[in-house]
Amino acid sequence: MSFLQVNAISHVYLTKTEAKEAISNLSFSIEEGEFVSLIGPSGCGKSTLLSIISGLLTPTEGKVIVEGKNSNQPGKSMGYMLQQDYLFPWKTIKENCLLGLKLTNRLTKDTIERTLKLLDQMGLYDVRHAYPDQLSGGMRQRVALVRTLATGPDLLLLDEPFSALDYQTKLKLEDLVFSTLKEHNKSALLVTHDIGEAIAMSDRVILLSPRPGKIARTFHIPAHLRELLPFDARNDPKFAEHFQVIWKELDSLEQSPT
Amino acid sequence: MNNLQLEKQHSAYLKMLRREKFEITGWQLFILLAFLTLWETAGRLTWIDPLLFSYPSKIASLFVVKISDGSLALHTGVTLLETIAGFILGTVLGTLFAAALWWSRKASKISDPYLVVLNSMPKVALGPIIIVALGPGYLAIITMGASISIIITTLVIYHAFHTVEPNYVKVIRSFGGNKKQIFLEAILPASFPAIISTLKVNVGLSWVGVIVGEFLVSKQGLGYMIIYGFQVFNFTLVLLSLVMIAVFSSLMYMGVEWIERKLIKN
Repeated sequence: MSFLQVNAISHVYLTKTEAKEAISNLSFSIEEGEFVSLIGPSGCGKSTLLSIISGLLTPTEGKVIVEGKNSNQPGKSMGYMLQQDYLFPWKTIKENCLLGLKLTNRLTKDTIERTLKLLDQMGLYDVRHAYPDQLSGGMRQRVALVRTLATGPDLLLLDEPFSALDYQTKLKLEDLVFSTLKEHNKSALLVTHDIGEAIAMSDRVILLSPRPGKIARTFHIPAHLRELLPFDARNDPKFAEHFQVIWKELDSLEQSPT
Repeated sequence: MNNLQLEKQHSAYLKMLRREKFEITGWQLFILLAFLTLWETAGRLTWIDPLLFSYPSKIASLFVVKISDGSLALHTGVTLLETIAGFILGTVLGTLFAAALWWSRKASKISDPYLVVLNSMPKVALGPIIIVALGPGYLAIITMGASISIIITTLVIYHAFHTVEPNYVKVIRSFGGNKKQIFLEAILPASFPAIISTLKVNVGLSWVGVIVGEFLVSKQGLGYMIIYGFQVFNFTLVLLSLVMIAVFSSLMYMGVEWIERKLIKN
């Protein structure tokens, strides 16, 4: 039994001018502790798919099954990390991190302490009383990571969380997210358009084709690369090989007139 | 050595800032004094008609008379209470209406044309009806003070609610937050700056509503003083009322700025 099962999902967007199919009959699954990336050209429904899995959007057809149960509303088992941090500027760092616990009525001495410990691990303990606009972009995204992890989700949905950061910060955060997830044995689904990031972080890379989104190919990353930290994986001689293969596939998808 | 130079530069910079502030305050005081002196002189030398425009020392001595017989404190107090009540009522009700419209998209769509009509209608024109309906007293005047700001408050705050960054809402929803939590944790706090700026506008609007209300009811208050002064051709009394209005509406505005500093920490 897989941890997450996406079962024959289709989604149609309705506007005044047309009904557009964003995703067509898409299925895949994620095992416990597995890290899967979704890549694909724009218009392949990556973000739509993530919204459906998180329960923010109800698919036109199909089912999302988490740990054997139907999932149709955002729940405790999943954490969602957005492209930008979207920390609330009127809350302190600590209050921002505790938001999820507050919303789910789980603010206890224990959970607060655990969150503060998480902040400490990310090197953010000293700024817990500061406001978001006093922090750098990298720090803010680390706070967002703590906010997502604070509710103790088993699956993390990462919607291009590194794309708004500068290159150096991005590489450091990739390592941090990677090791944090491995340490707690959490599953993750990463949406990205950075092929290198997908290879360096994932166990499996799913390539989607556009209009409507469906699975074009799945790439399994060899164990040897999977175990390396993203930064080291990028420096591995095998890395470039995989990059080339995925690059060619992606390129052909973008050029075909479908 | 290097450190010392930095400190020197910094203290020079602070000095420059202080001098600039001093200069600005100086100019402000100068303009006020020049205006009062010119007014006084022009009135006394009858360059302007003192019966119509009066002059500062005449207003000041009337101020002393009215203070000592207690009537100024009474009229000012009445107007101030009515204005504050109208201001709070207009703002609170406007915000509540905006929240209700945010809650139900359908309700907001249905009420849209009515809000447009109500907003463009001059609310003081309703004055006579309000006074007959509620009786010529505090209640009618407070209602006028509130009615003038309520619709525009609703429209502005509703717009603010709707333009809140949708990803804040997404964050709340991703944690399984319900509609009430979305409103209280994201929509409302994110709209505080907009709410404060409508408060600032409403200070002025409630004064308009209350003064016009007092014109019509003509019983008590600064608006009554203005109408009375006009009828007996005592324009010194009219100008004294205007000075009181200027002072207290500025104080109210400063009060709102104080709330702003308390409410918006960042």
